[in-house]
Amino acid sequence: MGKTIAEKIFDAHHVDNPSEDIHVIRLDAVFCHEITTPMAINDLVSRNKDRVFDPEKIKAVIDHVTPAKDSKTAEQGKILRDWARRHNIIDFFDIGRNGICHVLFPEKGFVRPGFTVIMGDSHTCTHGAFGAFAAGVGTTDLEVGILKGVCAFHYPITIKINISGRMPEGIFAKDVILSVIGRLGGNGATNKVLEFTGPVVDAMTMESRMTLCNMAVEAGATSGICLPDMTTVEYLWEFINNEYPDKTAALDDFSRFSSDSDARYDQVIEHDVSRLEPLVTFGYKPDQVKPVAEMETIKVDQVYIGSCTNGRIEDLRVAARELSGQTISNSVRGIVSPATPKIYRQAMEEGILKIFLDAGFCVTNPTCGACLGMSNGVLAQGEVCASTTNRNFNGRMGKGGMVHLVSPATAAATAIAGYITNSRRFKG
Amino acid sequence: MKNFSGKVLFLDRNDINTDEIIPAKYLSEITKQALQPYLLEDIKIDGFMPRIDIQEKNVIITRTNFGCGSSREHAVWALEVNNINLVIAESFARIFRQNMFNCGMMAVELPAKTIDRIFRDFAGKETYLETNLEKNIFIMTANQHHLEVSFSISDFDRALVMSGGWVEYADSKY
Ligand code: SF4
Repeated sequence: MGKTIAEKIFDAHHVDNPSEDIHVIRLDAVFCHEITTPMAINDLVSRNKDRVFDPEKIKAVIDHVTPAKDSKTAEQGKILRDWARRHNIIDFFDIGRNGICHVLFPEKGFVRPGFTVIMGDSHTCTHGAFGAFAAGVGTTDLEVGILKGVCAFHYPITIKINISGRMPEGIFAKDVILSVIGRLGGNGATNKVLEFTGPVVDAMTMESRMTLCNMAVEAGATSGICLPDMTTVEYLWEFINNEYPDKTAALDDFSRFSSDSDARYDQVIEHDVSRLEPLVTFGYKPDQVKPVAEMETIKVDQVYIGSCTNGRIEDLRVAARELSGQTISNSVRGIVSPATPKIYRQAMEEGILKIFLDAGFCVTNPTCGACLGMSNGVLAQGEVCASTTNRNFNGRMGKGGMVHLVSPATAAATAIAGYITNSRRFKG
Repeated sequence: MKNFSGKVLFLDRNDINTDEIIPAKYLSEITKQALQPYLLEDIKIDGFMPRIDIQEKNVIITRTNFGCGSSREHAVWALEVNNINLVIAESFARIFRQNMFNCGMMAVELPAKTIDRIFRDFAGKETYLETNLEKNIFIMTANQHHLEVSFSISDFDRALVMSGGWVEYADSKY
């Protein structure tokens, strides 16, 4: 019997079975941000265990609320900053060099095929795009990860989503993942790994694969995962070119972590996207999705483009193509947050920031910002936002606010119209 | 090892979620102790007065799906800093249950009919519960009334409890 990629990664990192169903695995990377890590740090200090298992394998960033907006968030940043300094965590990213964790860390080459990664953040599943097992965890698990470089999980059970068909013009990875979540439901993959395969995934950029894996958790999945291929190698090449003679050798090595054709899956789902339309959520759960065409009467007060789902350069390019030469509706506040300084600079050099500014958008610094409703675009009671983020939970972007999750193309078109609408390039 | 015996707080309801255990607005706190006054602040049970009814209690007995909702570990810490280290229920939400044992605390499931019987015989009375981890029994006492109930937990969960949680366990073992 063959194995899935997730099973192979577990086997290669096996440490212990403290009881039959529990697998303790070795971690290749532990990621930290300023919202969930301070409690873990304080607890380690109070136990007299203020140590880290390997400062090179720990990466930390202040990204959720930056610059700090009040004393409490300043304190959270300070705890993380002081801790990173005292433990010589070289890869610590503070204001000026910081960006959204799930965009910044891949961009720095910190995630490789076959890696095991944890973070005290539910969208850690994003990193599965590289063929890694990457899972969000609670504070105590994070704490043990920092201290010992291990974490306990159940052995992975995988649902394979085979994505096929020809992607219609104006359809993006965001529409695909919304359609998958709508199909599986918010609990459809709870405690399971979602493996995305098929010709549509093969043709996707790493950025799009990250968008796909990012929202795996919205179907309850522990991790999303894509099989490493030449696209993965190309993306990572600048970081690994001294480790391999050529790209083929790198691919050969990474292919150790790929699913066997006779691997056992919990379910295999065939998902054809040929007739997919741009999608939008309509309720307080990410699995409540509808075609944009059925929601065209909904007026919006704010449009937000950014986050670990859709704050990457290819997302900004798509939105800019829509916005080029246009101005957004008078009744809309447009906010765009490039996810990292690199993306910010690229967008500046490509003239994308100018397009956003000319259209009437506010361009913020790289941060999670409005996504979690703590800063940079909190909604007032009763306000509506079309957003490229990943969560529309009640109150997520501000108490009494409503969030409609969309692709960057739909977000830009909506900003121009003032109500939820399709991009010009979608001819359904 | 933590203390698993003491006076019982009965919460006669299903699906008590983590927002009811500790509201989201307290998640920006950076010490566990700061959560202490807010435990069960938003719970919806008629006549329940959190600050008064929680006082001096060390054990919670409740119904099904306790700890559902968000994965916040703050729910467990809010119990811990109120000296409540044991919750007994018909069932738990998975992450809450794991968080409890990760913190060296216990979340123990008992069959529905046992929970029914406990509520019938003890709820509303001042009840003391003693945990015997060697024999796997709870001994409940109210006035002259005694009840012994056996329970089971997995070897891994027991090891976590014995060592005071996943941090201590992992630090000594790996
Ligand atoms: S952008 Fe939003 S979803 Fe992503 S890590 Fe930040 S707060 Fe979480």
